[in-house]
Amino acid sequence: MKLMTHNMLTSKGMKNVKEGFPLKIQAEEMRNVDIDYDRDFITRMIPKLDWKALVFAAQCVGHKEDLPDTLPEGYENDNELLKRLHHVLLEVEVVSGCLECPETQRKFPISNGIPNMLLNEDEV
Amino acid sequence: MIRLKELESWLQDLQDFESPKVALEQYQTPPHIAAHIAHTIQASFGDLEGKLVADLGCGCGMLTVAAAIMGATSVVGFDIDSDALKICKENLEDLEITAAELVQAEVRQLAVSHSRFTKLFDTVLLNPPFGTKCNQGADLEFVQVALELSHGPVYSLHKTSTRAHIIKTASRWGVNVQVLAKLRYDLPNTYKFHKKKSVDIEVDFIKFTVK
Repeated sequence: MKLMTHNMLTSKGMKNVKEGFPLKIQAEEMRNVDIDYDRDFITRMIPKLDWKALVFAAQCVGHKEDLPDTLPEGYENDNELLKRLHHVLLEVEVVSGCLECPETQRKFPISNGIPNMLLNEDEV
Repeated sequence: MIRLKELESWLQDLQDFESPKVALEQYQTPPHIAAHIAHTIQASFGDLEGKLVADLGCGCGMLTVAAAIMGATSVVGFDIDSDALKICKENLEDLEITAAELVQAEVRQLAVSHSRFTKLFDTVLLNPPFGTKCNQGADLEFVQVALELSHGPVYSLHKTSTRAHIIKTASRWGVNVQVLAKLRYDLPNTYKFHKKKSVDIEVDFIKFTVK
């Protein structure tokens, strides 16, 4: 699971959950992969991200990599920041562990790099 | 840009479902169909290279792999079935594709209100369950989710025999429907109850865009 995907996952489908975001990452095994840097792609993705949740996720997995706590103005022109962002969003992967709902503490397992977001019948 | 024949040969080596599940209508999208689709989407419309792409109901990953090979920067494949995802993951690792990501989820659950996936993707691809057996209307349900998730086009496959129904229904939603091609393939007898050795299926390759 890449951190960009984590930024979109919530437990909101569960009954009695108001936001279910962000999910806390408990990582057991991590890995880094190589993805070609696509500056245009990263720049386009930024408005879709919840920055606070991204920083939270990066901290959970020990990869905060000097990401600023808030997104600075003029980020489109900061190539160094964009490169670090590219790394954190796309190249850092959680191979195994789980995602924890902040409201119910329900754990969603991650195995083989794949988060399992399926809910049981009684949870919906 | 990679040639169609080359893309097809990469896809031919992908692993198939081991024990496909009837209830989920699991079958592998034939390599020549997936290659045609992905190649057209990039060559004619430029909707894969540099894009954020989703594959709804990715199964063993035929379309996910094809999208990655055609240059998508990030592809997210969604499927409900653990066994399919396991094979899909192996296919991705075999081809050393790092740009793709898999999520186990129920496709219909992805577009719940205020989902963070709403309008997230540049392009959404799908080869949905056709809605046979106990699953009537599944293909259009999947397309509806796809339209929620995409801020751009949705590319899908549907039985040619349902074309009029698809066009009528999608038009009612205010969605533009373009039949890009009619393709055919032999569906080999996948499930125990299939009596014939194989059956010819005609499918429409369709592009949906919100007006």
